[in-house]
Amino acid sequence: MSINWSDYSPVDFFDELFSSTGNPRKPARRLVTYLKSLRDEEIEQRRQAAEATIREMGVTFTVYTEEGNIDRAWPFDIIPRTIAKKQWDKTAAGLKQRLQALNMFIDDLYHEQKILKDGVVPEYIIKQSKNFRSECVGVSPPFGVWAHICGTDLVRDKDGEFYVLEDNLRVPSGVAYMLENRAITKRVLPDLFEKIHIEPIHDYCERLFDMLTSLSPRKIKQPVVVVLTPGIYNSAYFEHAFLAQQMGAELVEGSDLVVQDDCVFMKTVAGLERVDVIYRRIDDLFLDPEAFNPDSTLGVPGLMRAWRAGNVGLANAPGAGVADDKVVYAYVPQIIRYYLDQDPIVPNVETYLCFDDKQREYVLANLDKLVVKPANESGGYGMMIGPHATKKERAEFAELIKANPRNYIAQPTLALSTAPTLIGSSLEPRHLDLRPFILQSSDIYVTTGGLTRVAMRKGSLVVNSSQGGGSKDTWVVDTEVNY
Amino acid sequence: MLSKVAERVYWTARYIERVENTARLVAVYTNLLLDLPKGVNLGWYNLVRLSSLEDSFMERYKVQDERNVVKFLLADENNPVSVVSSLNMVRENVRTTRDVVPGDAWELINELSIFVNENSSKALNRGQRHDCLDGIIRGCQRINGLLYGTMTHDEAWDFLRLGRNLERADMTTRLLDAGCVAILQTENNEAAVNARQIIWGNVLRSVGGEQSYRRKLRAAVQGREVAHYLLEDPQFPRTIAHCLNAIADSAAKLPRCEPVSKAIRSFQTRVFKNVDYDNLGEPMRDYLNDLQVELGELHAVFVKQWFN
Repeated sequence: MSINWSDYSPVDFFDELFSSTGNPRKPARRLVTYLKSLRDEEIEQRRQAAEATIREMGVTFTVYTEEGNIDRAWPFDIIPRTIAKKQWDKTAAGLKQRLQALNMFIDDLYHEQKILKDGVVPEYIIKQSKNFRSECVGVSPPFGVWAHICGTDLVRDKDGEFYVLEDNLRVPSGVAYMLENRAITKRVLPDLFEKIHIEPIHDYCERLFDMLTSLSPRKIKQPVVVVLTPGIYNSAYFEHAFLAQQMGAELVEGSDLVVQDDCVFMKTVAGLERVDVIYRRIDDLFLDPEAFNPDSTLGVPGLMRAWRAGNVGLANAPGAGVADDKVVYAYVPQIIRYYLDQDPIVPNVETYLCFDDKQREYVLANLDKLVVKPANESGGYGMMIGPHATKKERAEFAELIKANPRNYIAQPTLALSTAPTLIGSSLEPRHLDLRPFILQSSDIYVTTGGLTRVAMRKGSLVVNSSQGGGSKDTWVVDTEVNY
Repeated sequence: MLSKVAERVYWTARYIERVENTARLVAVYTNLLLDLPKGVNLGWYNLVRLSSLEDSFMERYKVQDERNVVKFLLADENNPVSVVSSLNMVRENVRTTRDVVPGDAWELINELSIFVNENSSKALNRGQRHDCLDGIIRGCQRINGLLYGTMTHDEAWDFLRLGRNLERADMTTRLLDAGCVAILQTENNEAAVNARQIIWGNVLRSVGGEQSYRRKLRAAVQGREVAHYLLEDPQFPRTIAHCLNAIADSAAKLPRCEPVSKAIRSFQTRVFKNVDYDNLGEPMRDYLNDLQVELGELHAVFVKQWFN
């Protein structure tokens, strides 16, 4: 087998690099010309170099199995995915718009609940939400912002347009892998960075740090910022450590922190030191055994008291997850119009809400065509892809939906876009998505591109790394400058 | 600095030091056996005894031969202080302290880990042993070199230095002890008349101190002088005196150090008082053993003051 770029044929889907067999899209032209110029052995060398780099950099993620937790090397495809800057700029504007509206929505929910009173979003959706925290009612975090860090999953349908698949407002992960993917690519394809105007991505950690310090209750020169991790057995531990290191912040576990007089302190070799801002990577319910799950050993007793008293900044704020719900998702276009009086720039994927009798009827009649998702899961767990499911699985999901309609939504099976991916020693199209990260406090920032995740199995639409997904570097290419 | 991070950094340094010294111990022993006259037979099992690992060894091996001992010390994941296990501990500790150790150190540690996993089986045969051990020692030195060259001299640095010097002092006592054991075992062997010089020369070589010893003493290698040099020389970086000075120095820079500094001072004033350099057999071995116990007690003082 050999790599033949002229034969690569992206059938039936929108391909990120090729508009048709042999015809690269504009942002990918120089990339494809360059890759074509490499012999198969050279490509293989680069692939091996990438693998060695990943092992040496120790880029891993943790997979849970019955035999214990395994650290796997980060799966990475060396062929980058390209996006034209012009299209990206528009998408980025849409992402900012979306997060602004979502934060206004969350702030409203914990105060006057105007949007419910005005009947734009049905009240019982919030009443039944697993992620609405009554402990947060009346709290006013700085800038009225609750979700400071958002990872929004985008997909491209057949028409080449980006659609929002979901908003991750709780503890979104993946940004470290986005940064490491670029570091690896710079090592294995360095020549290309001279030839192509690839937008840089390296400022994320500085932006994150600035955003976090802006939440400090003490207005001092060097607020103490910490990253709170559940510990080494969490699947995203690598990322927690990476971000702490890049920001020069302390990486702490719950047992390193203590609350006294409604202030948070960390245990240091010099005694207790006051903590100003916590970037927490622990779910709400484990944050504080005093306020939530009393059995949690990951959290810090009294943390909620300290936050409510305004003595510590928490990112994301507890309760922000109320907007990270696939039923709320269906209402985001209305939410944007309601708070910002603007039309949504990036559209949603069409979504059927199972608690609505009519829509549920449609869903149950079309299970073989739809993707069914639980409202509150992440990581691709608990979902059913209708066209790939067995009759038995579809029947099981029909029962689940009937038993708890509020907990399920359905979407048409998207024709997810593809990109050429090295499989063994040949090129094959594989489906992918994109997770950009958005930061908001006093101002708002979007990463340039994001984390591209690839479903490595042929025909598969599941990109989650916990379920066999891989990744690619994402290049936003300014075609106006160079071409 | 977080107490937990300080403790992990400290152990990182200890394990790196342990990896390097274990490799040195095996290298020097291999060399020693080549140098000694035929008919003088030193057992490989001495190395297990020196590290006080008899129980752990006996659990898994019946034969106390070269192959098993080398495997046990280098490649056995069930031996908690083998090179492989120590490197795993280094990785675990650095993985959880990446925010205070220079980023490149993490890469070098991974590289060394990969090297050991791929090469440790080679060390079982004498033919390829040197390359493997050399690779391990160099790998450790690269890591230490990187830390020396790029790490800021903050609290983490001093905890690294504490760990490194405590472990180093402990390993120097064991390498000296190896010399004493070899002397005792060859004492009554007719064939071993020249063995003494060979043994002490190798002990010096094991810590990389042969050259500096000669320059300083300008004399032939003799047990008495070697023991005195490795215990009391203030300049060579692997001697007990030097390590204790470094420990005192780093401890004094750390917060709330008074009780620790006091313990170190008291240790320093009495440590060399009653050494009998004329008797390098059992009395010296007893002394070295006491020294190891004292170093352990010093470690406990660190834990109490900073890591709890």
